[in-house]
Amino acid sequence: MTDHDHHDHHHHDDHDHDHSELSPMDARVRALETILVAKGYVDPAALDVLIETYETKVGPHNGARVVAKSWVDPAYRARLLADATAAVAELGFAGRQGEHLVAVENTPDTHNMVVCTLCSCYPWPVLGLPPVWYKSAPYRAKAVRDPRGVLADFGVTLPAGKAVKVWDSTAEIRYLVLPERPAGTEGWDEARLAALVSRDSMIGTGLARSPEAVA
Amino acid sequence: MTYVTHADLGGRLGLGPVIPERDEPLFHAPWEKRALALTLAMGATGAWNIDQSRAAREQQPGYLGMSYYEVWTGGLERLVTDRGLVTEADLAAGHAVDPARILPRLLTADQVPAVLARGGPTEREATGHARFAVGDRVRTATMPAPQGHTRLPRYVQGKTGTITHRHGVHVFADINATGAGEAPEWLYTVRFDGRELFGTEGDPASSVSVDAWDSYLSPA
Repeated sequence: MTDHDHHDHHHHDDHDHDHSELSPMDARVRALETILVAKGYVDPAALDVLIETYETKVGPHNGARVVAKSWVDPAYRARLLADATAAVAELGFAGRQGEHLVAVENTPDTHNMVVCTLCSCYPWPVLGLPPVWYKSAPYRAKAVRDPRGVLADFGVTLPAGKAVKVWDSTAEIRYLVLPERPAGTEGWDEARLAALVSRDSMIGTGLARSPEAVA
Repeated sequence: MTYVTHADLGGRLGLGPVIPERDEPLFHAPWEKRALALTLAMGATGAWNIDQSRAAREQQPGYLGMSYYEVWTGGLERLVTDRGLVTEADLAAGHAVDPARILPRLLTADQVPAVLARGGPTEREATGHARFAVGDRVRTATMPAPQGHTRLPRYVQGKTGTITHRHGVHVFADINATGAGEAPEWLYTVRFDGRELFGTEGDPASSVSVDAWDSYLSPA
């Protein structure tokens, strides 16, 4: 555990000691934090709250609740497809990097996949922080040119005739994929269904899990 | 001076397969979470806007070899030094040696939940009619020598597609990134066939949609 894992800010005064074990990036970011705090630009307590928010509150479990509700509640699904920002806010999810949400639905004919070829745009309020591969050069390069090849990299094969719609997040619109509801889940409630909704299924590099996969 | 971005990767060949990490942790090192939090906290001060931060990140020459939090860290250093908020002397010393400047705001811990919940909506009131309707065919601009940050990727430049959504009027990233104001414009989603973008190598059963401001488009 490093000083930064503590919530005791007195440790921040100790940055000059014991640099021998720090990686170059550790040292660089610590120096930057030390300078920004000393100049009064950032409140160290705010940094801890920001980290805690994305470690514990905001993540793909939020999006999974949205998708599960869309599977059992046709009126909610209709609202979600008409105005995802408002429908997602009904469940209490809103804000940074999800100010303007659009939900796109997978159907027997169509599969959707979301990318940001220019940086790392991602619907934070419903999915949390993006995984490394989403921000990586290979994904950003390949998703638009060869989406079926990307799916193969994830071990997913679509039926031959299925169309793939790729959404490149080039402005401040953020996209959430609604995966197809797996077969064999008739009568399941929302909480049980939510466990089938993987993060990747809401990006479009995966499908929802089958009931057997979570049995 | 020509603007150089190293981030416009859509459609580029030779970058290899996508390699997902099994059971990937949220952060791979303690410094990554500090870099995230510093970036968000400094963004909330009002010293720059999100388009300026993207511009700072994408111009870093070592971009392709960096991890994404390295990109963010380098971008943040560039943003603060460009504005004189932090000096080269501060960075060289590893602590503050030069005096601080005044910033518009300070994000305090108690404000974090409300500030994150509010986010930074980019929609603005429309002052004129939209030039295009859903279903219209449009052609995208070409930018052989970009003069600044843009959100029209090279792989969709000079291509013909169809408007599928109208999103209202939004802050125009290309202008906002220069610090010259928000210059809001109508924003559309434009869908392109895979073959239009990538020729015979394109997937005939796939399409790619991008969000495009009015300035990027002309009637096709």
